[in-house]
Amino acid sequence: MNKLKIILNGIITENPTFVLLLGMCPTLGTTSSAINGLGMGLATMFVLICSNAVIALIKNLIPDKVRIPSFIVVIAAFVTILQMCMEAYVPALYESLGLFIPLIVVNCIVLGRAESFAAKHNAFDSMLDGVGCGLGFTIALTLLGSVRELLGTGKIFNTAIFPEHFGALVFVLAPGAFIALGYLIVIVNKLKTK
Amino acid sequence: MAKQSSFGNMLIVLTVITVLVGALLGYVYGITAEPIAQAKKLKQENAVKDVTPAFDNSPIDEQYTVTVNGMELKVFPATKEGEKVGAAVESKTKNGFGGEVVIMVGFEADGTIRNYRVLSHAETPGLGSKMEEWFRTERGSQSVLGKHPAKDNLTVKKDGGSVDAITAATISSRAFLDVIANAYTAYTNNNCDGATGATQQEKEADHE
Amino acid sequence: MITYISIFITAIFVNNIVLAQFLGICPFLGVSKKVSTATGMGAAVAFVMTIATICTYLLQKYLLDAFGIGFMQTIVFILVIAALVQMVEIILKKVSPPLYQALGVFLPLITTNCAILGVAILVIQKEYTLLESVVFAISTALGFMLAMVIFAGIREQLSTTRIPKALQGMPIALIVAGLLALAFMGFAGIKVG
Repeated sequence: MNKLKIILNGIITENPTFVLLLGMCPTLGTTSSAINGLGMGLATMFVLICSNAVIALIKNLIPDKVRIPSFIVVIAAFVTILQMCMEAYVPALYESLGLFIPLIVVNCIVLGRAESFAAKHNAFDSMLDGVGCGLGFTIALTLLGSVRELLGTGKIFNTAIFPEHFGALVFVLAPGAFIALGYLIVIVNKLKTK
Repeated sequence: MAKQSSFGNMLIVLTVITVLVGALLGYVYGITAEPIAQAKKLKQENAVKDVTPAFDNSPIDEQYTVTVNGMELKVFPATKEGEKVGAAVESKTKNGFGGEVVIMVGFEADGTIRNYRVLSHAETPGLGSKMEEWFRTERGSQSVLGKHPAKDNLTVKKDGGSVDAITAATISSRAFLDVIANAYTAYTNNNCDGATGATQQEKEADHE
Repeated sequence: MITYISIFITAIFVNNIVLAQFLGICPFLGVSKKVSTATGMGAAVAFVMTIATICTYLLQKYLLDAFGIGFMQTIVFILVIAALVQMVEIILKKVSPPLYQALGVFLPLITTNCAILGVAILVIQKEYTLLESVVFAISTALGFMLAMVIFAGIREQLSTTRIPKALQGMPIALIVAGLLALAFMGFAGIKVG
């Protein structure tokens, strides 16, 4: 398969958030600002690339029946490594993402890609797939984060676009997450049918 | 693609993976344990430094705890050339809109509020988080900097006090002032100033 | 006692696991087309969440903390939950076939329900006692069930409504969830004791 196509596939054709609708919890939970969305996306991308590569390497050694548990252990290992590194070197981001870092383990995207891609392809292609899906996820989260931050506080990445008192605070809060994502998907659907 | 499953090889594979992973994690833990501890200490040190007058001792090493309203508060005394110049108090309340609010409050030697830094809170994002800016902005009677908890009536105007509450976040504002009051109580309890501390506590009791 | 009531109310209404904390969104959106399946899923989650929280709590206190290997938390918890779900499935099949019939199909989906792992980690972070953890787990699960059932009720109505094409399916569901979350925000600030 064409290498570029593998990456583009994750970003566009099978975008985890807008097309496959996977990994909704971090998508909604961590996108109260653009920077949080970006951070969460990159964190997930790191886990995706590493776990995809390792799983592709060891897939032939694993008996079929313990495939899923083995995959989960590998994913959990990378998540824990990420968690410790983030706590050590970017404590501020670690704090604002909080519980959602360990919960990358149960993000359906990661296990889903391991099962559907890494278990069938070689390590390099699997890494590319990780990059593609990770980017797709990161772009989606950053976009949602930007929209929510803009509508909620009038800023994007903390840069003021319009005065804060015009912002509708609800977009930073829980309901705004659902509604903003809902309308973003509407726009994506609209573009797709054209 | 995958091997035949038998009890033996399943057991071996899972055990090997888990042991390898455990060893790897232990190794990473060893590397990151130090920076994590440092990052936490640095955060506390910076917060103390931000809120207290210039000092030349080590407030972190000289900290002690005081129990106020059933909560253990940490007091970081600041001295310069052996003389007391003030203190930082890591104070909190459980009466926030979303639970606990933790703030580092800095006092001058006489108990005047010098500065504060919000350490953690579970208030509504965007509203409660305005605490960090609101109570230091000189507009109307918002600012609490330079005020004295025993002399100025530091409650929100709705409660008959003298402080403007954050627009649409009265509960968060009350919680903030509650934290300040608790901090002051903790500070004065060890400042041989029992009288003011007691009145402060009483006022607090009415409040709840 | 007041602590437990406070945990109970907060976990169900104020900090509803789905609508305020964004955990367990996948089953919330995925299996909420009918009230009956939503109830089944809710019950299965309640069952597993309570048992899993007790197990992981004890493991944390007597294994991870005791040996100072807290960094293995995520791995241990997720494996315990996965194993537990399997065990519950096997035991239910043997002991109570009717209950298995009711909950069985939902059990495999639960392993990847982040609400279970989330609650297991949350009770450790909040430094609850064992009893508080159990109360927290049960009430969180009830909150999950409540949100699921209300949401499924609305979606049943939606299925007979004419909706613009681009909005059909997930978008309208998300917007409804948003309005529901808005309603639950009305509970914010409630305090017991």
